[in-house]
Amino acid sequence: MKWEVVIGLEVHTQLNTVSKIFSGSSTAFGAAPNTQASAVELALPGVLPVMNKAAVDKAIRLGLALGSTINKKNVFARKNYFYPDLPKGYQISQMDLPIVEHGSLTIQVGDAEKVVNLTRAHLEEDAGKSIHEGLEGLSGVTGIDLNRAGTPLLEIVSEPEMRSAEEAVAYAKALHTLVTWLGICDGNMQEGSFRVDANVSVRPLGQAEFGTRCEIKNLNSFRFLEAAINYEVHRQIELIEDGGRVVQETRLYDPDKGETRSMRSKEDAHDYRYFPDPDLLPIVIAQAQIDAVREQMPELPGQMKARFVDSFGVSAYDASLLTSSLALAQYFEAVATATGQGKLAANWINGELAASLNRDGLDIAQSPVSAERLAGLVTRVADNTLSNKLAKQVFEAMWGSELSADAIIERDGLKQVSDVGAIEKMVEEAIAANPKAVEEFRAGKEKALNALAGQVMKASKGKANPAQVQEILKQKLGAA
Amino acid sequence: MINATLKELSAALAAKSVSSVELAGQYLDRIAALNPALNAFITVDAGKTLAEAAAADAARAAGQAGLLTGVPLAVKDIFCQQGWKTSCGSKMLDNFIAPYDAHVIERVRAAGLVTIGRTNMDEFAMGSANENSYYGAVKNPWDLAAIPGGSSGGSAAAVAARLAPAALGTDTGGSIRQPASHCGITGIKPTYGVVSRYGMVAFASSLDQGGPMAQTAEDCALLLNTMAGFDGRDSTSLERPTEDYTRELNNSLAGLKVGLPKEYFAAGLSADVARVVDAAVAELKKLGAEVVEVSLPNTELSIPAYYVIAPAEASSNLSRYDGVRYGHRAAQYKDLADMYEKSRAEGFGSEVKRRILVGTYVLSHGYYDAYYLKAQKVRRLIADDFKRAFEQCDVILGPVAPTAAFNIGEKSNDPVEMYLSDIYTLSVNLAGLPGMSVPAGFAANGRPIGLQIIGNYFSEAKMLNVAHQFQQVTDWHRQAPAL
Repeated sequence: MKWEVVIGLEVHTQLNTVSKIFSGSSTAFGAAPNTQASAVELALPGVLPVMNKAAVDKAIRLGLALGSTINKKNVFARKNYFYPDLPKGYQISQMDLPIVEHGSLTIQVGDAEKVVNLTRAHLEEDAGKSIHEGLEGLSGVTGIDLNRAGTPLLEIVSEPEMRSAEEAVAYAKALHTLVTWLGICDGNMQEGSFRVDANVSVRPLGQAEFGTRCEIKNLNSFRFLEAAINYEVHRQIELIEDGGRVVQETRLYDPDKGETRSMRSKEDAHDYRYFPDPDLLPIVIAQAQIDAVREQMPELPGQMKARFVDSFGVSAYDASLLTSSLALAQYFEAVATATGQGKLAANWINGELAASLNRDGLDIAQSPVSAERLAGLVTRVADNTLSNKLAKQVFEAMWGSELSADAIIERDGLKQVSDVGAIEKMVEEAIAANPKAVEEFRAGKEKALNALAGQVMKASKGKANPAQVQEILKQKLGAA
Repeated sequence: MINATLKELSAALAAKSVSSVELAGQYLDRIAALNPALNAFITVDAGKTLAEAAAADAARAAGQAGLLTGVPLAVKDIFCQQGWKTSCGSKMLDNFIAPYDAHVIERVRAAGLVTIGRTNMDEFAMGSANENSYYGAVKNPWDLAAIPGGSSGGSAAAVAARLAPAALGTDTGGSIRQPASHCGITGIKPTYGVVSRYGMVAFASSLDQGGPMAQTAEDCALLLNTMAGFDGRDSTSLERPTEDYTRELNNSLAGLKVGLPKEYFAAGLSADVARVVDAAVAELKKLGAEVVEVSLPNTELSIPAYYVIAPAEASSNLSRYDGVRYGHRAAQYKDLADMYEKSRAEGFGSEVKRRILVGTYVLSHGYYDAYYLKAQKVRRLIADDFKRAFEQCDVILGPVAPTAAFNIGEKSNDPVEMYLSDIYTLSVNLAGLPGMSVPAGFAANGRPIGLQIIGNYFSEAKMLNVAHQFQQVTDWHRQAPAL
């Protein structure tokens, strides 16, 4: 039987506000345990939450970027359950009236684009952390760190419209790009700033109704997301094909074993007893507030991608790579504008530069070669001063120094030889020194020409313009 | 001096005929003598009180005294007050020393009032008789066999017994007005949002409101001036211009339109209370008030609506008492769930547990619409009733409770019977309106009876005016129990 995979994602993004969603405590990561937990986070008797307006503005920013409806009246509700890292015994979240509804995100899957619709995005507070191991001098004890408690979260829920792990990863990456691009989330997945839960089900291809879904939690990297979905899809299909049936449940991904395992079934699910939080008035958003956020909106990744295709002639695929982060897009635009060489700039950035950054574990903002210096190199490739091979050599040298491309070319004498006289002389010498190759070429063996060209390049120490060498060789051998 | 009002004490302190330390000492002596019988206080700390009094005297010596500097004040054990045990009448918080001040405490501290002690109350403010305290029942100073009312029963008893000239209370469904009525003192629950809830241990967030309790309406106005005000830490606190609640005290009542809701004088009202309220209305007529009959047709629904909404909110508000960070934790437990269960089973009393169970039930999946949502709709209807009534009158008068104080233990085994006695006070909280109780007479058995004044939103000054004028021509509020 052919199976279709159905995936919807719930992404918890920590909003990068300075203070917490309902108190003035700092949200900075990595402080000593419980040093950023005020009376509000500790849920002392009598404390009350007060909404942080900056979190509302950031949610509006996302809503505008996704073309969503911004609910001008939205309501906080209490989600009640007991857990030691949830000090109040309830999480303040949104249920019936979230701040953002609908909207869509366009993702690039290989060469194709796909539109994924959003269900909603709602504001809520993060919980603290339970620490079960590594507590100094204590064993068999669970520690509670409430520094994270009250960090603003925007939970972004997609429709179940993804049909493969690849699409799910593309969506998660596009959303990650967007929230960091908009400056509403730092995107740090190791620190938990961007956390993905995947709802996965399978159904026979062509069947209209959905299969029973499982929710996979604890996916803190794109790689885990992909591996977990693929494992889960495989597990569900195998289960059904063996005559079993999928049970709705929450499953945990274990990255060490590369498998998902049951965390709790639907029967064990909490009754959260949602009700509107009487301590918080509904958030009422004026059109003026939305307009003010709109005025501050940057050009969005999709818009920039289209512009790169139109103005710089790069491929849609390259443009989507170049717009995977705002910093990268800005880097590309600087190089392309300075050189007037969009495609060449794209090739260099997506090729050599990306590989080197990746090798050294750097992101674009940490690149040892600035956009200005790369533009200098691209210019020298475009005007034939450098062959591709020499250009790579120059790039290597630039990576380890502060010098410009021109300074390295000068210092190392790497300028491409395009002087016709000089090349002719080397060609004549090569012909004279390799009569066998000349004979073979004349007998129709085209490959022999490459051997001769190789000799010329060798004699020029790689600096002769390869295209010119070919041309002059053919001329001299009477083949042109 | 012990029968003096806040206003009189303020004058005596200003005239330096008494010092704050002397005054505090007199009240502390009286508490030491009488509190063992009354059980009005949970915590008395003479050292802390006298230090505050000495600071007040120093402020006065430095020329920095305000109107109420140095005046003693009893504080309901529901307000977080730095350095003081804030138990809320519960074993759960018996070991809780508040590390911060409630907004109201900040205000009274800034005004120089001296904490004379922390008053007893129904556990987490849940009760109408003050029998639900971990620290034992409070006795009514007028009759030690009687309940003082609840939940601010300790505050009411303390003021009535002259253990303090005034007290802080809170009112979620009548918890200032009903004990004020039963103890023969004056108390006002302001419009919801006038007094910040920050630092007031929450019972039912959408209903809780702090307010003053004292001998006279004038004292309540003075204390409300100190308590009220916007607080950015409470999202339901209202940002309004500062009011002087004494400004209308001396206005004439000529032409005042007084509404009498016919539903408040129907079956269930005792003859004693009907007689006292009728007499009070007659007195106000003599002062020029006109009486109109109004209708609050949904009054009866206030009981079921309140006993859905208040427990629902309480069930969630009290979830934080889990034994993890502070408060009572069971000594022995197997695992996390066991720790929660034992800590809460041991830490909460039976009325609190009953309300947590009810609240949890009405919010449960499949029941929410039938109970909580419906109760919210009833709440709207009740508010609409008042809106219509206030088109016909300036203030509404009526009883506070159907009877004078009943005996301790009389209704403690019948919670529904107890809930029904809240019929005249609950609507005010559901609508968010201000309400007050003013001493207006006594039952045949000698127990005090209060008159309830209900005002429109933000009409506290008008209500205090009515009460003050009434108190100019009556002396019910100056009568003290023989102790």
